[in-house]
Amino acid sequence: MSGRADRGTVKIVNGRYRPSGHFHYIDANTPIYDESGKLWGVTNPRDITHIHTYGGEAPFFEALKDGRLLGTKCENPDCDYVGTTYMPFRIHCPDCLARNTVVDLTKVANSTAVIHSFMVTERTGAFNTLPKPIKFINVEFDGVDTILMGSLAVGDPIIGQAVVPIFKTQDPTFTILDLSWVVKGTDASELPAGFSFG
Amino acid sequence: MIKFSERQLKIPRMCRPVYLVTGGMSKFGRALPEKRTEELVIDAFTEAARFLNLSPSELKSYIHSAYYGHFADHFGDQLLGEAVIHDRLGLDPLGNVGIKTGGATGGSTLWEAFKAVASGYSDTVLAMGWERMDEVPTDEGNHYIACAADKDWETPLGHIYTGYYAVMAQKYWQVFGKSEDSFRRTMAAIAVKNRGYARFNPHAHGAMKITIEDVINSPVVAHPLNALDCCLMSVGAACAILCDEETAFKLTDTPLRIDVAAGSHTLRPADRRDMEIPLLPNESSDQYKDLGERFPGGDRYPGFTGFLAARMAAYYAYRMAGVVDPTEDLDLVELHDAFTISDIQTYEDIGIRPYGEGRDYVESGDCYHTNPHTGEPGKLPANLSGGLIGNMHAVGATGIMQVIEVAQHIWNRWAEMHGDEKKWQAFGREKPADWKNLQVVGAKRGLAISHAGVGSHVTATILSHPDHQLERRA
Repeated sequence: MSGRADRGTVKIVNGRYRPSGHFHYIDANTPIYDESGKLWGVTNPRDITHIHTYGGEAPFFEALKDGRLLGTKCENPDCDYVGTTYMPFRIHCPDCLARNTVVDLTKVANSTAVIHSFMVTERTGAFNTLPKPIKFINVEFDGVDTILMGSLAVGDPIIGQAVVPIFKTQDPTFTILDLSWVVKGTDASELPAGFSFG
Repeated sequence: MIKFSERQLKIPRMCRPVYLVTGGMSKFGRALPEKRTEELVIDAFTEAARFLNLSPSELKSYIHSAYYGHFADHFGDQLLGEAVIHDRLGLDPLGNVGIKTGGATGGSTLWEAFKAVASGYSDTVLAMGWERMDEVPTDEGNHYIACAADKDWETPLGHIYTGYYAVMAQKYWQVFGKSEDSFRRTMAAIAVKNRGYARFNPHAHGAMKITIEDVINSPVVAHPLNALDCCLMSVGAACAILCDEETAFKLTDTPLRIDVAAGSHTLRPADRRDMEIPLLPNESSDQYKDLGERFPGGDRYPGFTGFLAARMAAYYAYRMAGVVDPTEDLDLVELHDAFTISDIQTYEDIGIRPYGEGRDYVESGDCYHTNPHTGEPGKLPANLSGGLIGNMHAVGATGIMQVIEVAQHIWNRWAEMHGDEKKWQAFGREKPADWKNLQVVGAKRGLAISHAGVGSHVTATILSHPDHQLERRA
C-alpha cells in the first residue's frame, strides 16, 4: 500500500456504496526519448483504488478472521448431484444452479486435509505480499469434491502430506491471504505473525 | 462423477464448408517500441494480401465482417482497441467484434470467424489477432497475467500465473513422469527442439541453439519448470482470411478446408470435478481401466494432469473433419507449448498418445521434422514454427500464427515464407548460415491447438487440402 494520504475507503449505507477519500491520484506523465533525443512515447502513471463486492462469498472471507473454513453443499433434492460439497466456496450449485448451503469444513480440514499437489517459486508478480519462496499447495479433504489452492506457511510440501489450516485472526485482511496452511504437528510458536489455528 | 448429455456431445454440422485462403504475420518480439499495434496489424494484413498476389485494398474488397482477437486490454491501456484497429484497417462500416479467451484468444477468433462463414452471414471474413505486452515492466506484466486467474481466490497468491500452472505440472511430473530424470530430459528436449526450429523462422524472437543440459541448468521458475521450459511473452499480430467455397476458389486454386471446435473447463483448477474420460475415435472404453494401477494417483480424471478443454475440442474437431488417429491422419501439428510439460499433457488430451504415455511422442522421434533416431521424416512433426517457446506468444495472435504456419506447409510454401533473405533483413534478424528448410513434404492435413490459462478454453483447428479430405467427415 502506498503512503498516499486520505486513500479512499467505502461503507455500505442503505444498500449503497458510500465512498470517501481519494480513489485516484494524478502524477505527471514523462516523455520517452532514445539516445538521440528523438521522442518515442510517454509514460502514463495510474493510481486507482477499485471497489469490489464479495456478494454471496462474503461469509467465507468474514469467517476466516474467526478461524473458520466455510464451504458449500448442494442440498437440492431434485439435483442429479445433490450432496456435492465445494471448497472453494461456490454460491450456487453448478449443476442445478440452486443456492448452496453453507457448511463449516473447519473440522474436516483439521482432520483430513492432505496436499494433492504443490509448487515452490522465488518468482512473483507486482503487488505480491507473500514471503518468498512462495509454496503453493492444493489441498484435498475427505468428502469434498474439489481441491482448494492455498499457500504453505510452515513446512516442506510433499504430495500426500497432512496439513492443517491457519487463520489471520489478528489484523485480518479479509482476503484469501487470511487463510494459510502448515504441516500437521506444527507448533503454534512457528506460525507467522497474526496467524493462529483458529 | 459428472456426465454430459447427448445434446451437449453432438458433433457440430456446419451449414456450408469454410476455407482458409491466406494469412500473414508481423515480426514478433519481446518489445517492439518502433511500431504501434496498428502498424503490426497492417504488416500482417499486407503479408496476407501479397500471399495471394493482391494489394491490401483488393483483399479488403472481399471482406464482409471482421473478428478481432486481443486478450489483455489492461496491457495496452486501451478499451475497444478493436475499433481502433478496424478503423486503421479502413474496414468501417463493416460489422466487427472482439474475442477474448486468454491464451486461446487466437483460436477462438478463428472459431468465431469460421462460424460466420459457415452460417452464411459472410462469404469472406478477416480473423486478426494481436497483443501488446511490452508497455509495462515484466513484474507488472506478471501481475496483469495473474489477473486472468480468480481475483479473490488465486491472484493474491503471489500474483504469478506460472505458479497456478506449476501445481499441475508438479502433479503430472510425479504421477505420469514418476519424477524420473529421463522424463525431465524429455521435457527439456521439447525446449531444445522448439527453440532450435525457431532459428529458421524470421518472425521468431526466442530462437536458440541449446542443449538439454542448458534447459536443465537454466534458472528454476517453479520446479520442475525452468526458465527455458517456459514460453515467451511477445508483441505482434497475425491474421487469416476465411471464405465460402465459391469465393475461396476465386482467390486461390488451393484453399484449405478449415474446421474449428472448442472446449472449456473451470478457470480455477480447484473447481475440477471427477468424470469419466471422454473418448476420442482412436480410444476404447477399457483402455484406461488400469490407469491408476500403472500410474498411482493417475486415476482421478481430469484431476490436475489432464486438460478436459483440449480433450473436448479434439472430441468435436476430429469427428467434424473425419480424423480417427491424429498420428496417421495428420501430417503436422502446432501445439500450445506454454510449458514443456503442458505440451506433453496435450499430446494425451488430443490422442497423439494415450493418457500416461505422452512422453513417447518425443522419445520415439515422431514429433521431429526429422526423426533423430532414424534420419527419416518425423511421423507427426510438432511446432516447426518454434511454437510459443521459440517463436512467440503474442496472446491474441498466437492461435492464428499456429494455423498460418500449418497452412504454409500444406500450401508447400513454407520455405518461401521463412527463407526469404529480404524478410530476415526487414525484421533486422540474421538468417543462420545453417538455415534449414523445414517444409513437411507432401503435407495434406494439419492441426493447431490454442489453449488458455490452466485449461479454461481450448480450440482445435484442422486444415485439410481440398483434394485430400477425409472420407469420414461428419
